[in-house]
Amino acid sequence: MAQGVFVITEQRDGAFRKVSFEAVSEGRRLADGLGADLTAVVLGSGVEGMAAELEKYGPDKILVADDPALADYTTSAYTNIIADLVQSTDPAVIILGASAQGKDLSARLAARLDAGLAMDCTAIKLDSGNLTYTRPMFGGKIFANVEIDGDLQIVAIRPNVMDITETAKQCVTEKPAVQVGDVKTTVVEKSMDTGDKVELTEADIVVSGGRGTSGNFEAVEQLAAALGGAVGSSRSAVDEGWRPHSDQVGQTGKVVSPGLYVACGISGAIQHLAGMSTSKYIVAINKDPEAPIFSKADLGIVGDLFEVVPAVTEAVKKIHS
Amino acid sequence: MEIVVLVKQVPDTESLIEIAGDGVSIKKQDIKWVMNPYDEIAVEEALQIREAQGGTVTIITMGGQKAVETIRTALAMGADKGVHINDPAAEGSDALATAKILAAAVKEIPFELIIAGHRAVDEDNYQVAAGVAELLDIPQISMVVKAELLDGKIKCQRTIEGGTVTVEASLPALFTTQRGLNEPRYASLPGIMKAKKKPVDVKTTADLGIDAASVGAGNRKVKIKTLNFPPQRQAVKMIEGESAQAKAAELVRVLHEEAKII
Repeated sequence: MAQGVFVITEQRDGAFRKVSFEAVSEGRRLADGLGADLTAVVLGSGVEGMAAELEKYGPDKILVADDPALADYTTSAYTNIIADLVQSTDPAVIILGASAQGKDLSARLAARLDAGLAMDCTAIKLDSGNLTYTRPMFGGKIFANVEIDGDLQIVAIRPNVMDITETAKQCVTEKPAVQVGDVKTTVVEKSMDTGDKVELTEADIVVSGGRGTSGNFEAVEQLAAALGGAVGSSRSAVDEGWRPHSDQVGQTGKVVSPGLYVACGISGAIQHLAGMSTSKYIVAINKDPEAPIFSKADLGIVGDLFEVVPAVTEAVKKIHS
Repeated sequence: MEIVVLVKQVPDTESLIEIAGDGVSIKKQDIKWVMNPYDEIAVEEALQIREAQGGTVTIITMGGQKAVETIRTALAMGADKGVHINDPAAEGSDALATAKILAAAVKEIPFELIIAGHRAVDEDNYQVAAGVAELLDIPQISMVVKAELLDGKIKCQRTIEGGTVTVEASLPALFTTQRGLNEPRYASLPGIMKAKKKPVDVKTTADLGIDAASVGAGNRKVKIKTLNFPPQRQAVKMIEGESAQAKAAELVRVLHEEAKII
């Protein structure tokens, strides 16, 4: 009889992705509600020492899958090992973060295990043993509440949405023998951004620029730097060639969920709104008082962004000093 | 190179989405239907590979009668032939069932490479392509921004948080597209005319050896219980002031003292 919650954490080069702590915290909450145990798994090479870092989020057990073949994420190696561990642990629910890796892994795993998967989930409700998952569709224009049939349910949670909570628990760490199996892909190169550039989908603060910048993102970048946030962009700015595709926030770009989203010179096309509407606080700066962005913002300033944004940066620096 | 492209017809991202009376689906009238934007990128990539190496580009789409328009668009862009899986029994299938049906259709064609959009912008599930790859037991590489064909292998660059990673796989393989991989071409008028004569095979679940009782709306593992609009946000508070500096100072004050987020 399948029971228990199983969290797949994500680490890269010896550091856990923040969404892993969110997943373990959420796992603890659900395990308590289901009266079941929480198991967290760490995969990688030379990662045994990382297990202790997860203990404060309250798992009952941590499994460390350690093998040189797991140093870099590959779909097959990770799927094969998780599938084996699922067979021996027989959980009722698997939780992982819907990061780039998580989206890839959860989808393959769902097919491998023939299990339903709720992707990019923003809320989980537990009621009398029944789980309901809230997830966006149509780029966030609609939210669906879904339930999953079958012995095993998989949920990939949207990063930066669920709370991280600490729970004191007796925890046992094990290092089971793992069979990597047939690995169908090879990682040949990894190139990470240098410097302190904050990753857009994980940032607590995002400052974005649009057509109104006319390609000059200096003010946007300086405000982002003063706030310790990431720089995003609207589709217009990407189409104009001012910003790389990887900076685009929107329905055909990245979906972000920061605590604060500042939209500078962005009119607010529905596709852009779809990419940031779950932000906790939205500020809009635009010289057009009719810009649709103001209908989604919490705070708005009508003005020239080349005057207003540097002034905001100054005011922020004053507060920090 | 025998290339298969998985394509879905979806509502244009400009569409206003309304919830239907049953509360679990969307109103389908007054919607402009288009090719999933990530699938356009997939078709374009397939065409570029065929232009470089020769071969065939086959489009596979599952959908109702209207979906054939999207296949014709891909043919007009330059694809060679299409397969339209059109079966009421398949309607409402969840991602796993859709993958099962598509994989069965792919199996009927010789293929070396499958290209698909990393997600469809209606359901945003990100699952179907991986499901197809798993069922065909082939490698998958997702969210690719650059693809290169080497001898019997595909070499792809994907963006991950904070960087890029380059992954190789032997063919046959599947990869999914991300914005930035290419800029899809528009169908030309001659292309549109030629498309009318290109073959489109129509298939049912029975033709594909799929048990209709295992797919469709009644057999979803992931069941939609309700659809809702996002929670209404509070009305915007416009910040007034004599100057840009005054407005900026007031904004920061509110964020710091009232919202307490900076």
